[in-house]
Amino acid sequence: MKPEQAEIHSNFWDETACSSNPFEPEACFCAGYDVYGDLLDKVSWIDYLFLLLKHEAPSPSQSGLLNALSVAIANPGPRDPCIQAAMSAGAGGSTSASSLMAAIAVGAGNTGGAREVATAMQGWQKCGQDLAKWTAYLKQFEDDSWQASLEKDVWLPSEHIPGFNPHGTECAPIVKQTLVYLSNLSDTIVLPWLQQNRLELEVLAASPLAMTGVVAGAFIDLGFEPAQAEMLFLLLRLPGAAAHALEQYELGWKNFPFFEQGLIVKGQG
Amino acid sequence: MEAVSEQEIAANNQEKLEQLLAFASTWTTEMGGWQPGKEVILRGRSLLSDLDSLTWMGLVIFTITGEIPKPKQVRLYEGIWLISTSFPDPRLWNNRVAALACSVRSTPALGISAGIAVSEATIYGHRPLVACFELLHKVKHELDKGDKLSELLQALYSTTTEHRPGFGKVRQPAKIPGFGRPITPVDERIQPLKKRARECDCHEGDMFRLAFSIESELLKIAPELKMNIALLMAALCADQGMSSRQFYYFITLCFSAGILACGIDAEQHKEGSFFPLPCKAIHYHGVAKRLWKPVS
Repeated sequence: MKPEQAEIHSNFWDETACSSNPFEPEACFCAGYDVYGDLLDKVSWIDYLFLLLKHEAPSPSQSGLLNALSVAIANPGPRDPCIQAAMSAGAGGSTSASSLMAAIAVGAGNTGGAREVATAMQGWQKCGQDLAKWTAYLKQFEDDSWQASLEKDVWLPSEHIPGFNPHGTECAPIVKQTLVYLSNLSDTIVLPWLQQNRLELEVLAASPLAMTGVVAGAFIDLGFEPAQAEMLFLLLRLPGAAAHALEQYELGWKNFPFFEQGLIVKGQG
Repeated sequence: MEAVSEQEIAANNQEKLEQLLAFASTWTTEMGGWQPGKEVILRGRSLLSDLDSLTWMGLVIFTITGEIPKPKQVRLYEGIWLISTSFPDPRLWNNRVAALACSVRSTPALGISAGIAVSEATIYGHRPLVACFELLHKVKHELDKGDKLSELLQALYSTTTEHRPGFGKVRQPAKIPGFGRPITPVDERIQPLKKRARECDCHEGDMFRLAFSIESELLKIAPELKMNIALLMAALCADQGMSSRQFYYFITLCFSAGILACGIDAEQHKEGSFFPLPCKAIHYHGVAKRLWKPVS
């Protein structure tokens, strides 16, 4: 018996086949829009990104916010662990794909990564713009007892309050600049509230707001769910990873830190 | 919250900065490292002279636990990987990634490492395995307090969960992990792994017995749920004294042989020949065709 044709279900992507070859698309449709016949010369990359995930065109305000957010996070710089991972691949002469896979793996985590953004969004979902709710929410992090209630998973529980910088001594200027700029874009709700209440939240959290906190607020304002935001955060930081990996590939391993004297091995037999 | 004085904040900030500055130049570790041109140390021992007779699995276990495993333990652990998680079937979701990668002539290393990452799944792989380990410890803890197994399982079975393992925007392992299986309820791996456990004298541990007690009791509550290999893997490792996180470390590479097989196989086939899909395979159920209006 001939096996049945496998089916892929999608509520946003469709293709029609060429009459000469069923494996070649004649047209591709994203959320009903003809990608090559209509969108190609009209849509911006950012608007298409929004369309792919939300299946609707962004409003001008959403488009502006996602564009500004994408610039803000496109390159966290070579000191960031996810970028260092891509650079480490580049310095050693690894493949391009491994550089980006390394950046994604490292930038996925609970500390400054995509998981932190998604978790921080849960704070917004629980507390909204209610300072009393935030006070109660942040209080649970005062000791480690909240971690005991979590089911064991492949992810370790966060070791700090998601969205706040455990190593920061005050809110970093670039975080404040990003927050101010994004808050001033029309139609945002969460970000202006965060801007107004940042200092109080930082006192409650006993740590300064991190870029992940601003990003989480922006994704809430854009109407994304935490899982969508997690994906976008991973994706939108890849440009910096690519640029730095290419640079280190060319510069070579001798120009990349090896921490020659930095490893202190204890308990050596 | 108690008010924190400015002095305390300043002292806390000073401590943070001092710590960061110290970390910036040193990584202190008991795990080990390389002394260029001289030696390699792992957990205080020379990899080149003290540990060079270990098997690969022995080395993996020593790295995870810090203890040299006994030969029977090594054979058990190898059996767990070999029997339970090394299927050379490219339809399986993690294996498929390596098959796709090698079919379109990406590198096997890229496909295999992506396949390993994908093994952190919810319907199979790392997440249910971790959940099984937790279930055994949770049930044992409750039984030690005097609870009855049948009541515990009934309560678990009756729990309503917000999220399901198989689909949905948020997914989580089954409420009774280690029972039920995608594609088929029958798990052909149970008997061979039991046999391996017996050969290794690892078939009389508390968790091993508990796994089968749970299976017997659950049969009365939900006969449709059959034990799968994940619970047995977790039980065997728990009986060897692994912690939950050590078990997680142990399973991170457990699918690698099956993934490798699928990558090799696909690379030996014609390029792009791994289940290519025609356009009509896409079953669209979204909005109707429309024209784009520029965002202004």
